[in-house]
Amino acid sequence: MPVAIAIALLVLGSVIFHLASPWWLTPLASNWGSLDDALHITLWICAVAFVVLNLFMAWAIWRYRHRPGHRAHYEPENASLEKRLTFWTAIGIAGMLAPGLIAWSQYVNVPKEAAIVEATGQQWTWSFRFPGPDGVLGTAAVEHITPDNSFGINPLDPFGRDDILIETNELHLALNQPVKMVLRSKDVLHDFYVPQFRAKMDLVPGIVTYFWMTPTKAGTYEILCAELCGVGHHEMRGTVVVEPQEAFDAWLADQISFGQIMAQASPASISAILASADSCATPTRGSLN
Amino acid sequence: MATTIADDLRPLHHPKTWIGKYVWSQDHKVIAIQYGVTAIGIGLVALVLSALMRLQLGFPGMFPSIQPENYLQYVSMHGMIMVVYLLTALLLGGFGNYLIPLMVGARDMVFPFVNMLSYWVYLLSVLVLVASFFVPGGPTGAGWTLYPPQAITEGTPGQEWGILLMLASLAIFIIAFTMGGLNYVTTVLQARTKGMTLMRMPCSVWGIFVASIMGLLAFPALFVAAVMMMLDHVAGTSFFMPALLSMGQPLDHEGGSPILFQHLFWFFGHPEVYIVALPAFGIVSDLISVHARKNIFGYRMMVWAIVIIGALSFVVWAHHMYVSGMNPYFGFFFATSTLIIAIPTAIKVYNWLLTLWRGDIHLRVPMLFAIAFLFTFIHGGLTGLFLGNVSVDVPLSDTFFVVGHFHMVMGVSPILVIFGAIYHWYPKITGRMWNNVLAQAHFWITFLGVYAIYLPMHYLGVLGVPRRYYALGETAFIPQSAHVANEVITVAALIVFVAQGLFFYNMIWSLFRGPKAGPNPWGAASLEWQTPDTPPKHGNWGAKLPTVYRWAYDYSVPGHARDFIAQDEAPS
Amino acid sequence: MSLLSRLAEKSWLTPGAEGFDEPADYRPAAVAVGLYVYFAVMAIIFSLTVAAYLMRMGLHEALGHGAGDWRPMPEPALLWVNSFILLLSGIAWEVARRGVSRPDRIRIAVIAGGLLGIAFLLGQVMLWRHYDAAGYYLSANPANAFFYLLTAIHGLHLIGGLAAWLRVLARPRLSSIRLCALYWHSLLFIWVLLAGLLLST
Repeated sequence: MPVAIAIALLVLGSVIFHLASPWWLTPLASNWGSLDDALHITLWICAVAFVVLNLFMAWAIWRYRHRPGHRAHYEPENASLEKRLTFWTAIGIAGMLAPGLIAWSQYVNVPKEAAIVEATGQQWTWSFRFPGPDGVLGTAAVEHITPDNSFGINPLDPFGRDDILIETNELHLALNQPVKMVLRSKDVLHDFYVPQFRAKMDLVPGIVTYFWMTPTKAGTYEILCAELCGVGHHEMRGTVVVEPQEAFDAWLADQISFGQIMAQASPASISAILASADSCATPTRGSLN
Repeated sequence: MATTIADDLRPLHHPKTWIGKYVWSQDHKVIAIQYGVTAIGIGLVALVLSALMRLQLGFPGMFPSIQPENYLQYVSMHGMIMVVYLLTALLLGGFGNYLIPLMVGARDMVFPFVNMLSYWVYLLSVLVLVASFFVPGGPTGAGWTLYPPQAITEGTPGQEWGILLMLASLAIFIIAFTMGGLNYVTTVLQARTKGMTLMRMPCSVWGIFVASIMGLLAFPALFVAAVMMMLDHVAGTSFFMPALLSMGQPLDHEGGSPILFQHLFWFFGHPEVYIVALPAFGIVSDLISVHARKNIFGYRMMVWAIVIIGALSFVVWAHHMYVSGMNPYFGFFFATSTLIIAIPTAIKVYNWLLTLWRGDIHLRVPMLFAIAFLFTFIHGGLTGLFLGNVSVDVPLSDTFFVVGHFHMVMGVSPILVIFGAIYHWYPKITGRMWNNVLAQAHFWITFLGVYAIYLPMHYLGVLGVPRRYYALGETAFIPQSAHVANEVITVAALIVFVAQGLFFYNMIWSLFRGPKAGPNPWGAASLEWQTPDTPPKHGNWGAKLPTVYRWAYDYSVPGHARDFIAQDEAPS
Repeated sequence: MSLLSRLAEKSWLTPGAEGFDEPADYRPAAVAVGLYVYFAVMAIIFSLTVAAYLMRMGLHEALGHGAGDWRPMPEPALLWVNSFILLLSGIAWEVARRGVSRPDRIRIAVIAGGLLGIAFLLGQVMLWRHYDAAGYYLSANPANAFFYLLTAIHGLHLIGGLAAWLRVLARPRLSSIRLCALYWHSLLFIWVLLAGLLLST
């Protein structure tokens, strides 16, 4: 008997907790409202199931508790009931899956007008690269990394010369401009995650991964690494500043390009950079445009 | 003509010495206790580790001896111990060993020597794992998932020695588990007594049987992955290691794929969680049915659901990899298969509830734990739907939502079933009854406490709080209230932790001072309660094996005065 | 009764035990069933390793390593010799398995089967050392790594089979000899597949 009351109270308490809880989705700052919608649909269907099933259980425990003279009903199976329950469950499942898959098909299809931005991760810091005026990121690989070429840009690739390099942890993005975040790791697995953008993807050394989004709210947002990458994992932070196009353009113009770095580097550094390109005749495929 | 245990023609060898009876024992019941005690022992170590983790999360900065390395080591060892060395070993090695021969009417497992060996190899794997605490660098801190490259590169604790001992320990465990699994599967197939058809077996046997088959097919994936990672680490191969830097210096690897490891690991890892869940499902069916004096509703569907869930669990693994960088189009397939597996699981939930409905419910402690299982499993199963749905998973992956979900379905529900099962079968195993007041106190504190621990975590996850973070630090989107939540969760965890003392005290005290229990205090119909001796002696059934005349659920049959009919009672 | 009809049985409708034979009269020996179950484990472990092999083989292009870091290994004569020895070993076991007539012939065949198995293992070790000396060591190249891994897993299974062989020598029983023969055939079958895979890639 107390347990029946406890179950009912826990259901009530859980609902109240949900409504009163100060911890819920951060305000959405990107186009991925469809992910939030899929979450809400799932939540409603699951909430109904949670409440109905548990209140049924609480009621059944109370109603069919043992009392002297009371005996259980004998019913080995009820095939038609089970078939109906299976059917309606499948409907509920489909109702959750459909919006989820629709949102996913949006997630995997990058719009043609998306700008390319690369985020590179290493233990335990972020750096970023823009393709520059030619609109194409130069190929890059771990083999090309030298102290002066920390991004590992292939020095023989002409597309790489105008790439704009951001070595601080602060990325700027233009408001309302769709962007394909191209992700590379120099060492281990990482994950680029900004809660307000909802989208995320792992950075995998050896390949290039991606996700896309459109930032829809100006502001400053925190980047968190979301794949355990060692003892500094919790401190691998960055910032994304979303600002209007003009402010973004101004900021970008202030940043340094790979070509400029090469121009400023000492002859010894240039030799080191070029030597790294000697081993492979063909440029490695390091970016996906 | 067969000449094995199964046919009762070759007599069991009865040991004469104390060592032969209780140490190098080939009696499945002794082996079960050995597994149980070892698993619970190492589980308590993992519980202490979780307390340390919660101290750091609730009160960051207050414990200078818990540095990021230590924290990650606690996280990783806690996870691996709990999933593999406690839950799998206890449910299959412990309950599987004890219950299967008794429930199918056999004298022992079909390969008793190999069975004994499997325990000692398991113990060896535990010792190797514990040894990793004492090597230079300490145990691995790569997370229980052990992802390369970080598991074996600098920057992760234990990347030199700890990870090696972990991988070795896993390989040894898998050998032990294969020996045990062969026993459980072959015994169910070959040693059922006369009249015990497959569909007369109790759900507990079905759950453990299917889980054992799954284990035999899933653990090899972990074995292969572990061997390959060991080779990458010590022999310089590049199975999983691409060209990469470590702390700015290039390593001598090239061309390997970290995602290959993830595929192998989760090909094991997903069935693994069902290897833990299915025995719990089977056992809870029996707990509910006995204490509600009612047959498990829809027995056939329950059996089929166990089999279907077992089979489907092999095609859902990449729902752990939606944001891993694998081909994104796989997401469509795995989201669909994952949500489909929810359907037989939901049927099981409905059938458990329908067993209670119109039953004659005795709210004894085993039934209380079964009810708590239902409540928490409904919650945990439902949150799984969020994570299984690929796009909904994207913001939630690697947050505390995942931590809340998997604790609910792995750490709470099966543990509640284990407690219920131990209380339920205690009188059969020991011949004594436990103290009801202590048991009730243990139940209430545990049930309410674990819900208080894990419910808030889901909300922190939706907010975006990441997992495996040593400290949240100054993070703008995380309000102060979230830090308070962490404190509350920690306090609840410590209370639940301490309350387990009630359980251990009860179990041990009752062993010596508990009142003697009859052979069948709950009036259960299944075969294990019908042994001639309580506790059952070596050989279980006395001179002659029982004959089974009916299924395991003849409760409250109309026309019978008593509200149960034992499986070995002939029809009149 | 087929498995499906057995699983569809409505067991509450038919209490009773008439018509049930004594299990010992119709069930195969537990050891045989245990071995069949273990075949499933072997199938999985080899399939997964081969799947990883195939994935890795195709991966080098996707990763953009222009020249491809996958370099197939050469095929020395020793590889063929070893395979032949394993085949002979299997034949010996098959003779033992079918030997209904004379116990001494069975015994010779069993001894031959085991000894040839040992010869195969020694040959494998020699093959490893041959490759290693020629520069195809474990970490040089992923093709090498997989070769060593696959042959090692196969070899370990053969060692397990040799343990069973020793038991059969100590306590010869036709049923055990049959199971050993079956196990040996399965290892031969797997070896043919592995060798074919390694040679063709």
